[in-house]
Amino acid sequence: MKLNRVLVVDDSSAMRAFVRAALESREISGDVIEASSGFEALRLLPRERFDMALVDINMPDIHGLDVIRLIRANEAHKHTPILVISSEASARDREKGLALGADDWLQKPFAPEDLERAVLKVLASPRNLGNPGTGSPGT
Amino acid sequence: MTDDADRIREEFFAESQEIVEALSRDLLLLDHGQKEGRTDPDLVNSVFRGVHTLKGVAGMFGYSELSESSHALEDLLDQVRLGRIALTQTALDVLFEGVEVLQRLLGAARGESHDVDLEGYARRIRNLLNSAVERDSDSLASLDLDPGVLSVLTEYEEHRLRTSVEQNIPLYQLRAKFALATIDTELESLKQQVKSFAEIITYLPSTEPTDDDALELVILCASRRTLAQFRETLSSSAIVVDLVARRAGSVVPSIVPSRPGELFDLPSARGSMFPGAQLAKDADVTPRAIAKTVRVDIEKLDHLMNVVGELGIVKSSVSRIIETLSERPELKPLLAELHRAQRAFERNLASLQEGILDVRMVPLSQTFDRLGRAVRQASRERDKEVRLAVTGADTEVDKLIVEELVDPLLHIIRNAVDHGLETTEARQRIGKPITGTIALNAYQKGNHVVIEIEDDGAGIDPNKVAARALERAILTEDEIADMTVEEIRQLIFLPGFSTAREVTDLSGRGVGMDVVRTNIGRLGGVVDVQSEVGVGTKFTLTLPITLAIVNALVLTVRGQVFAIPLSVVQEALFFDERGVRQVEGREVITLRGESLPIARVAQLFRLDSGHATSMSKPSPNAITPQQARRESTKTRAGSTRGFVVVASLGQRRLGLVVDALEGQRDIITKPLGKSLASVKGISGATDLGDQRVILVLDAPSILNEILAQDGGHHARLPS
Repeated sequence: MKLNRVLVVDDSSAMRAFVRAALESREISGDVIEASSGFEALRLLPRERFDMALVDINMPDIHGLDVIRLIRANEAHKHTPILVISSEASARDREKGLALGADDWLQKPFAPEDLERAVLKVLASPRNLGNPGTGSPGT
Repeated sequence: MTDDADRIREEFFAESQEIVEALSRDLLLLDHGQKEGRTDPDLVNSVFRGVHTLKGVAGMFGYSELSESSHALEDLLDQVRLGRIALTQTALDVLFEGVEVLQRLLGAARGESHDVDLEGYARRIRNLLNSAVERDSDSLASLDLDPGVLSVLTEYEEHRLRTSVEQNIPLYQLRAKFALATIDTELESLKQQVKSFAEIITYLPSTEPTDDDALELVILCASRRTLAQFRETLSSSAIVVDLVARRAGSVVPSIVPSRPGELFDLPSARGSMFPGAQLAKDADVTPRAIAKTVRVDIEKLDHLMNVVGELGIVKSSVSRIIETLSERPELKPLLAELHRAQRAFERNLASLQEGILDVRMVPLSQTFDRLGRAVRQASRERDKEVRLAVTGADTEVDKLIVEELVDPLLHIIRNAVDHGLETTEARQRIGKPITGTIALNAYQKGNHVVIEIEDDGAGIDPNKVAARALERAILTEDEIADMTVEEIRQLIFLPGFSTAREVTDLSGRGVGMDVVRTNIGRLGGVVDVQSEVGVGTKFTLTLPITLAIVNALVLTVRGQVFAIPLSVVQEALFFDERGVRQVEGREVITLRGESLPIARVAQLFRLDSGHATSMSKPSPNAITPQQARRESTKTRAGSTRGFVVVASLGQRRLGLVVDALEGQRDIITKPLGKSLASVKGISGATDLGDQRVILVLDAPSILNEILAQDGGHHARLPS
């Protein structure tokens, strides 16, 4: 396992099920927490610890970009790696997500291997190397 | 892992189906609004979002046709929501076609074949996309908005903002703190409150540190109300409403913000908003975002129902033991306790059974949405104006029944538009309102659900029906001469009455009225027609609420016990051998002046010939005719042997001759094993709870088999 816990924020239950299966089958994460809306993600923030957040963009009410913004604004999570998973192709959104503090962007549709590669890439980036998420043992 | 993959795929199908259904519902609302000259931007955006999600998941699960078609539709909807393509009836045609395309591709993903002309569809979308107009405007510059805030709006939000500015609609910002635990419902209720007079353009959550369990939101809306009116409308004083100012010289300079300085740029000026934040809000709160729901495979519910059935058997066994024990006086105190426990068990078992049945229930609204779509399409094709008036869409029916209802209802309703309603010119000529009305009413009636489809069209002309029946050689002239007008109308349900040409024309599914009747019959229901020439036609479908539990009549034939669903039993009467006549090689009796064909169940299942192996002993408490207390006009002392159970399905009736009646029971029918599955006339088996397993008669198939045969006398079901 590369990670202990991953938070998946997506309003599509089929998408969450797919991502969970991918995380488990590629042995990327031992534990997966799901949030089905921006609100649910915000509710989880004060309570939960996780090593990485996978965040969809197009969700009702509280958009994924806001979730990123609020994760970054949360003292406990401000260093947690964030990978955007979205079917938005617009370069503008991509830039916004990164500007808000997301580490990388994975375009849907993707295969489990793509997800594994993207997670590894995020973990290997200099800003995350000495800086594991809040879900790792001992933090 | 395979199980897992299947489960995830099922999740995909369920969600996609939900999306397509929501799409259909929203498009019908948009269509309705369009005809009245208004377009709800929230609804357009909600449709867009659904298709966007479908595109994404279909891609993930490898259904490229579905994903690509959703993508094309998404592009079109994007242009519509940005106001570059007007939502005309032509555009709606393509959108409605999109629902059909997605529905069929979803079927194809499940392994059904599809004949969707994807290229033609893509071409129609492209044609519309080519008509898109670029709208460029800098009217947002007239607003005194913080440039930082402007830059966080999505293109769609900018468009909505610009539209409001161009139409001189004042802008307001609402500021409120929500408890995280209840923000979904609070926000939903706020939306409902302002929905009628304001459009919510965006939500901007504040990152300002609050306590962990709360979130401050700034909500930007457009509304024609004055600030005072706006404030008055909101029930909660915790929501701070302010007007967003416009620069001098702009369209609404006269309204002064109540608290100067707290303009819309306030959040970022205060530093509470993250600069550069963007929020694409969507009006669509999916039900699952609010309600705590879970999807369950209906097979799991069937399993639970079987467990309830098993518990019912346990209950009977315990009752018998209690009965035996009650003969021992020394156990009396213990028995009283046992009785109490048994009663509690019964009560809870009944409520468990009720609960499971309740879970299987779904409202008819989804089905009715599809009908709405069909009406719209048919009325566009036939160039008729049609209003669909629906009542009782929240009536609930067993999920399995709902699924089987779609095709028959589609057929009836398309028929109503195609043939029931007159052309616009004809209606004008005879002084009827130009817009034809189709009323779709559903309501519960005891253990049944009634669905009526009524049009105010030309009615079914019995002369035309008779002519058609002659033409198709279904009946002879003499036979028709003997029939009442009502009987003649019933001919539309006969096989072969609809022509092949009409069949494809009408429903696109190759369904005729005879198939409608058969399908409804298979669900244990009946369909009837009433009509008056020049006034209209009404089809009435009567269906059981659930298939899981059936109230049945238990009967015996030569010691063999059977059950027959009470929904098909019209009445039961004493059988008088002397009343049997032969008519055209068929045995009939006379019931209230009318001939009733009969079939002897003993012969049907060859119970006389000794081949049958008895699965159960005759029950000691079966009533024989001699013991029966009920009087019957048919009874003549000493001449009766058995009963006639009159089974009826729609207009077909058949008397089943049986030996004895045992009474009514609620039964759960279980399918027969593979080796017996092909036995005709039997729909399954059931436990009676006293360790007897009995067979359930399949009334529709018996009626069809027997009444289709020319000579009924020695009728036997092929086994």
